[in-house]
Amino acid sequence: MKQSFFTVKDNIALTHDIMKMTLLGDTGDITSPGQFVNILLDGMYLRRPISVNDAEEDTLTLIYKIVGKGTEKMSKMGAGEELDILTGLGNGYDTKKSGGRPLLIGGGVGVPPLYMLAKQLIGEGKDVTVILGFRSARDVFYKDEFEALGAKVCVTTEDGSAGIKGFVTNAFDFAGDYTYTYCCGPEPMLRAVYNASKTSGQYSFEERMGCGFGACMGCSCKTLYGNKRICKDGPVLEKEEIVWEK
Amino acid sequence: MGEVTKARLGVNLCGIDIDNPIIPASGTFGYGYEFAELYDINVLGTFSFKGTTREARFGNPTPRIAECPSGMLNAVGLQNPGVDAVVTKELPRLKAVFDKPVMANVSGFSLDEYVEVSSRLDREEQVGWIELNISCPNVHGGGMAFGTCAGSAETVVKAVRDVVKKPLIVKFSPNVTDIVEIAKAVEAAGADGVSLINTLLGMRIDLRKKKPLLANTTGGYSGAAVFPVAVRMVYQVSKAVKIPVVGMGGVSCAEDVIEMMLAGATAVEVGAENLRNPFACRDIIAALPEVMDKYNINTLKEIIGGAH
Repeated sequence: MKQSFFTVKDNIALTHDIMKMTLLGDTGDITSPGQFVNILLDGMYLRRPISVNDAEEDTLTLIYKIVGKGTEKMSKMGAGEELDILTGLGNGYDTKKSGGRPLLIGGGVGVPPLYMLAKQLIGEGKDVTVILGFRSARDVFYKDEFEALGAKVCVTTEDGSAGIKGFVTNAFDFAGDYTYTYCCGPEPMLRAVYNASKTSGQYSFEERMGCGFGACMGCSCKTLYGNKRICKDGPVLEKEEIVWEK
Repeated sequence: MGEVTKARLGVNLCGIDIDNPIIPASGTFGYGYEFAELYDINVLGTFSFKGTTREARFGNPTPRIAECPSGMLNAVGLQNPGVDAVVTKELPRLKAVFDKPVMANVSGFSLDEYVEVSSRLDREEQVGWIELNISCPNVHGGGMAFGTCAGSAETVVKAVRDVVKKPLIVKFSPNVTDIVEIAKAVEAAGADGVSLINTLLGMRIDLRKKKPLLANTTGGYSGAAVFPVAVRMVYQVSKAVKIPVVGMGGVSCAEDVIEMMLAGATAVEVGAENLRNPFACRDIIAALPEVMDKYNINTLKEIIGGAH
């Protein structure tokens, strides 16, 4: 983990409520796809955890949904503004277990971290299939970007206004014969994919956090291997250890 | 830390000299070793480790955290691995990175539990002080139930006093009618010091779901917003008792430390600020000499209770 200042390069709207912020700064502590950063915003007490969409040498890309006061404040920031950010938080995805044909499934704001994961898997020579789930056509983002990486992409929408109608689990046929499952999205989606998937996999969870680095026990969950902190021991859990509670 | 700085910042807390009065508060610093990956935690006066109970506890369901104006609510509910694991696993890990006496924070749900956990931790060489938490607002039938009535506070403190040899500091709740009455009862029962304030009981409601934000419904409010309440209570209590007071509640910077000490605190715990800035305590200690210069303060010892 590292605390450092980043400068906003740009901050653009991808959909009516999804923004993409590109920042310049030290990304050295971001070591795996699926990790997150924690951002201190003026006038907000707790930092805001946001998943890493992509990290290159000096460039950090975050894609976030405007859901409350914190993210609304972020959405109004412009080029040149500075942010105090903790980077390199959480465990992230492990690409070694993927086999040759990994299947990546993301829903809504669960989509962004899968981009860096797909990029890394494709870089390792793997044949990547991605299923992206959204509510409606106006919510769809990043389909082209995944395709540009060389992934096979299938979009689903709940109302059928784009791609396959229904949930991500309605698109499993598209995936063909996959070797491993990576998933990120709201908990009901994680659970549906967990039940529908025929392979082992890694699932990224979300929880309200206090610190984001393992100190406060605000985001604990139970697993088959004992209590874990979503922020420090997660957010990615192995399929075999997940305990569904709620 | 240089000898000159030690002479300026050092205080004596219930018979033990500490290099400076800065103490990360229980529940915001784990068992210490994780912060040791971020900075050398030996710069601290000491720290108070995660509230420990007899059995392992998962704590409350999530969400346990909510944002508030200049602060936060938490309803963690005393998640901890239990006293056995603290003694056999956490303390040995801490020993590798911290060579000072640590403050052992003890919680419980019964008189027996407080007595057993306190006496167990009292025997550990690494433990310098027992901080008896009779003020957790987030568990039912325990914690705060002991600390909100002078009679029951006195009973539990007496029972623990009988079994522990190390300095006993009693941490109590601001969620009471008369905090001075509780402080006097705790002093009469044999406590060597008191620490306050624990969090203020609060609540927030999610406008979308129209239900409480926290799964536990209520939680403890901490952060910069509660600082004036804490200063007031530290002032009142330190005027009423002779034993040292450890002040806490919303302390965020070196200026707050000085204010808390002027109010009557011998040492100062820093809580929620560690969660926003993991380097908060290190930064506060580093900033103290310059801020003391600014206000013509030679040593921190000399300002304790200076506002009385």
